[in-house]
Amino acid sequence: MAIEPRKPPSQLLPKLQRALGGSAGWSGFVIQLVFVAALAWIAYEIVANARANLQAQRITAGFGFMVNTAGFDVSQNLISYSGSDNYIRVFLVGLLNTLLVSVIGIFFATVIGFLVALGRLSPNWLLSRIAGGYVELIRNLPLLFQILFWYLAVLAALPNPRQSISVLDTFFLSNRGLVIPKPIGEPGFEPFVIALLIAIVAAIALWRYSRRLLFQSGKVIKVWPYALGLVIVLPLLATQIFGAPVKFEIPVLKGFNFSGGSRVIPEFVALTLALSTYTAAFIAEIVRAGILSVHKGQMEAGSSLGLQRGSVLRLIVIPQALRVILPPLTNQYLNLTKNSTLAVAIGYPDLVSVFAGTTLSQTGQAIEIIGITMGVYLVISLVTSAIMSFYGWRIGRSMG
Amino acid sequence: MKRVSLVLTLAVAAGLSAQAASAQTLKTVKDRGMLSCGVSQGLPGFSSPDDKGNWTGLDVDICRAIAAAVFNDPSKIKFVPLSAKDRFTALQSGEIDVLSRNTTWTLSRDTSLGANFTGVTYYDGQGFMVKKALKVNSALELNSASVCVQQGTTTEQNLADYFKGNNMKYEVIAFGTNDEAVKAYESGRCDVFTTDVSGLYADRLKLANPADHVVLPEVISKEPLGPMVRHGDDQWFDVVKWTLYAMITAEELGITQKNVDEMAKSDKPEMKRVFGTDGNLGEQLGLTKDWVSRIVKSVGNYGESFERNVGAGSKLGIARGINALWSKGGIQYAPPIR
Repeated sequence: MAIEPRKPPSQLLPKLQRALGGSAGWSGFVIQLVFVAALAWIAYEIVANARANLQAQRITAGFGFMVNTAGFDVSQNLISYSGSDNYIRVFLVGLLNTLLVSVIGIFFATVIGFLVALGRLSPNWLLSRIAGGYVELIRNLPLLFQILFWYLAVLAALPNPRQSISVLDTFFLSNRGLVIPKPIGEPGFEPFVIALLIAIVAAIALWRYSRRLLFQSGKVIKVWPYALGLVIVLPLLATQIFGAPVKFEIPVLKGFNFSGGSRVIPEFVALTLALSTYTAAFIAEIVRAGILSVHKGQMEAGSSLGLQRGSVLRLIVIPQALRVILPPLTNQYLNLTKNSTLAVAIGYPDLVSVFAGTTLSQTGQAIEIIGITMGVYLVISLVTSAIMSFYGWRIGRSMG
Repeated sequence: MKRVSLVLTLAVAAGLSAQAASAQTLKTVKDRGMLSCGVSQGLPGFSSPDDKGNWTGLDVDICRAIAAAVFNDPSKIKFVPLSAKDRFTALQSGEIDVLSRNTTWTLSRDTSLGANFTGVTYYDGQGFMVKKALKVNSALELNSASVCVQQGTTTEQNLADYFKGNNMKYEVIAFGTNDEAVKAYESGRCDVFTTDVSGLYADRLKLANPADHVVLPEVISKEPLGPMVRHGDDQWFDVVKWTLYAMITAEELGITQKNVDEMAKSDKPEMKRVFGTDGNLGEQLGLTKDWVSRIVKSVGNYGESFERNVGAGSKLGIARGINALWSKGGIQYAPPIR
């Protein structure tokens, strides 16, 4: 007797049931649906209420104000800006100032953080105590206090522009900041840059070639003198043929301040210093934890292969430690960016200061402006963590 | 501060719902038993706390007068210190009932903020303060100077207009609060500090050595300062508006804190209307018949408040100037109480 093979039960429905309702099944799905609907209703109520009340009180709403003339000036603008530009321009100026201080702050925080962590793990007693002292001192003092310290106590102790500390009468340091000669592009600028790029690409190719040779045949060839030579000689050659790439505009004291040259304003210096030293203290601990998480045997194995301490760290320990380091390191990068909003205390024109500050109080459109500002910080944070995730993914892949 | 403005903004977004548009502010204030008054974070002469924590100043007296008119008790006030950039949000969100914080009356503030100015407590103008050592005699000599300013004020825009109009270059550093701007000026970060002239005199007192600093003669703008209330509540608007007018009227009629009980017995028809012995003008405002004597008893008339807080008798020593009564060469003027 032939046995009819029984049809396997259809998996589709239970699967759907589990996917939508979890272990609770359809009733779970209904509960979730109600929950989401309630959330949507609350959101709708908030928006509708706010809109109705804004209208009733005749508070202007909408984003039309963005094209109005701003009518105020900003002390640091990376793109050209004057008081007759509109609020969109103000927004961009503030955003770029925020990004500038964040990127530079993150760079220095990372460098200082790694150095302090390595110092703290160093067998040298004095070095490790100094690094430990740095971490304990810096991370336990409030950030705002540190920003004000760098701004008021350190930078304000500098002389006024007339008595500024000058180097060769071209660099001037005063309580108005650091004034340096400003490079102005000449006809030879483009050939110079192109030559420099070619030299750098060639140097990288040389280095990769030497690596391949090392792995394939074990031959060690010194390439750095050639690479350095390339990077110096090629651009020099370009300047010989096409003329000087830049000329420098030397700052001169005129009236109250220096005119000409470029200036790094003290607000920027104070904020960057405070943010990077503060965040570095946290990064140092994260890096230290990461390094300690790598088994001691790895270090000993590296040493027994005859590698020096630096090479062991660079080739064996840190790549493994990075897996532990990266997620909390991303947190610190996000914190630094968000902490940069303390800028308003010392008059650094970041996004919150010029846009959520001056623009808000001039236009009174709090909801729109705070909304945009929150959106911007959200995007910056998401992009930062996306970049870090990508980096982590690459490391994970290269380690197999 | 940032957190405050964020919270306030969310309050505007969500909390406005609780605040019906035609809010009965007077009733709300009476039910609460307390007036919530937005003031500065410390501007001597206008609103600043003394060493015992009592708020005093011309702007504070407006709030005390309102509290006196409503509760017959000038101490039933919660003072809310606000930075320049947070003040309007605090008013919009209902955090405060009245903003009495040296705020300049402008068209755009009247129209786009959802608030109204009720009158002018002090006619001011923007000026500059510099160190005497710089030997500057006029604001027109300030080309290329660095200027410290408080953010979120009309000052920032006047400054841009003035330097642009006179073809002068300058660098502006804008701080979140007035104190931070003054501190940066004192530390030498800026050559110039700018705000309303009255503010310059007040802030100069805070400097380590006031005599080393000089206020330049130029006044570059009109800054009529006055209290603000939310749109959409005409009764409350009237109460705040007429509180100031009651103080000015009292000065016009020679009613002072000392002689107020004496004057209340007067037979003159005008006095009878003001003191409510004839008619019910105070009740029409939603107050009591004796609202004017309550106000004058607690803070005095406008002239007395001026002299006590900013005038010749105070540390600031500012002359009455255009803030004198219209009958004495100034422009302070109250519509008739009748």
